Amino acid sequence: MSIDTGTAAKVAKLARIRVEPDHLPELAQEFSNILDFIEQLNEVDIDGVEPMVSVTPMRLKRRVDGVTDGGMQDKVLANAPDAREGFFAVPKVVE
Amino acid sequence: MTDLTRMKVAQARDALRAGEVTSVALTEACLTAIEGADALGAFVHKTPEIALEQARAADARIQEGDAPSMCGIPMGIKDLFCTKGVPSQAASGILKGFKPEYESTVTSQLFDAGAVMLGKLNMDEFAMGSSNETSVYGNAVNPWRRGNDDAALTPGGSSGGSASAVAADLCLAATGTDTGGSIRQPAAFTGITGIKPTYGRCSRWGIIAFASSLDQAGPMTKDVRDAAIVLGAMCGHDPRDSTSVDLPVPDFESMLTGDIRGKAIGIPREYRMDGMPAEIDALWDQGRDMLRDAGARIVDISLPHTKYALPTYYVIAPAEASSNLARYDGVRYGHRATLASGEGINDMYEKTRAEGFGPEVQRRVMVGTYVLSAGFYDAYYNRARKVRTLIKRDFEQAFATGVDAILTPATPSAAFGLGELQDADPVQMYLNDVFTVTVNLAGLPGISVPAGLDKQGLPLGLQLIGRPWEEGDLLNTAYALETAAGFVEKPTKWW
Repeated sequence: MSIDTGTAAKVAKLARIRVEPDHLPELAQEFSNILDFIEQLNEVDIDGVEPMVSVTPMRLKRRVDGVTDGGMQDKVLANAPDAREGFFAVPKVVE
Repeated sequence: MTDLTRMKVAQARDALRAGEVTSVALTEACLTAIEGADALGAFVHKTPEIALEQARAADARIQEGDAPSMCGIPMGIKDLFCTKGVPSQAASGILKGFKPEYESTVTSQLFDAGAVMLGKLNMDEFAMGSSNETSVYGNAVNPWRRGNDDAALTPGGSSGGSASAVAADLCLAATGTDTGGSIRQPAAFTGITGIKPTYGRCSRWGIIAFASSLDQAGPMTKDVRDAAIVLGAMCGHDPRDSTSVDLPVPDFESMLTGDIRGKAIGIPREYRMDGMPAEIDALWDQGRDMLRDAGARIVDISLPHTKYALPTYYVIAPAEASSNLARYDGVRYGHRATLASGEGINDMYEKTRAEGFGPEVQRRVMVGTYVLSAGFYDAYYNRARKVRTLIKRDFEQAFATGVDAILTPATPSAAFGLGELQDADPVQMYLNDVFTVTVNLAGLPGISVPAGLDKQGLPLGLQLIGRPWEEGDLLNTAYALETAAGFVEKPTKWW
């Protein structure tokens, strides 16, 4: 399958990764090669096969719906690139 | 003092308990070896203060007679593990400066057992790679060379730093992680042992996520006995990982009898690939003969969907990665791009991720985004999940016929030169995992054991694949193979 530069740009946008326009043809070509490789899967007869949900059949454990953690604002913010007054700070989102 | 670094875990444990050596002496010897080995690029964050403090505490414990097997053993920790207060950045620029406020379950368990952390080990960025060339820290280098040729070779990946460090005797053992072969391929490239346990054996809590349904931690060691000891300390149930299994952890070491009489070893015909080097084929045949001579029964088996494992992996792993790596947005930790005036929050996300992620990570995140996007989800992602079911079923059917373990080559080649695949199509690099990736897709335990040298003097490994949760039996088969192969070669020191 051939990916055009428009599709490559759309995927980059969805992935929130800035790609400069002059790099898009190369990226589109790489995607095309990888997708060509993946398309071998079209040869497989998957009629009636269930998609795998969990590699190990297991029922997930449940626990009481209670607070088990918290009260560590300073630790949560310790690695933030920008934290102010106990919050993560980001550029203006609302005009 | 350099002799101390050549010790194995079992040997060091016995010497520590007998009072013949101290953990401080062992640790100092390793720290000296690490200082002299920067050319290997293995240790990327050194933690000598933590190491010596842990070593002193371990010596005190041993004196009091309270010494689990790992007590006082100096180890290296892959950079993918969150270690409290110590940089943990998955070899990525996007986590530069990140110092976790918490400790991963696996490293907590190791430290509770008395293990000593010498530092953090190099790897491919976010564990995406097979040569350790995608690391923000630069390459890790294989201590092995081709004869007298001084060309630098890859130690494999993604756990390349772990492999290099263990093979070069910079530490007694190391942690690794394996999503498609990232423990077993580097172990094979460096002449050491590496086991990926059954999915769910080791807690994934605090291990930076790549593809959550495939990721498993495991030990990288100098032999099978050490793998049994370190694995025992790493695994166990953890309520903080919902996929962690609540099963007792057996004493793996005590299961190493070397007796494999009557065991059935499957040889999958689909693993005989076109263009595979004759030496790998010959080694595989030798491995089969060794296990037969040890009393095992050799059975030809078929795993018909093998050829679809890599394309399945390259849908599922990027899909999960695109979701897992969405958290790196420049808000809560790690790198944030500098914004020009007038740029908003979307510019921040896009610039941060373009600057912080390397090319391979960007490529996989975008491929994952594509296969999960509207209109392609069924054609790619759901189809891959169905083929994954078939790949797992192949193994189940083989085991149902009474096969105890499956023998395959570990890798399709010996270690290759750093930079050799630089200009190749990414798919060429992906082929490195052709023999290992099926095991992750099926959630099974797999171990790579060094079994011989090629004509250029580079180590080659064989892989054994076991039944789910039967790591003890698998380790015992690996122990029999190791004993028969008698691999004792070491790289000649050049660094």
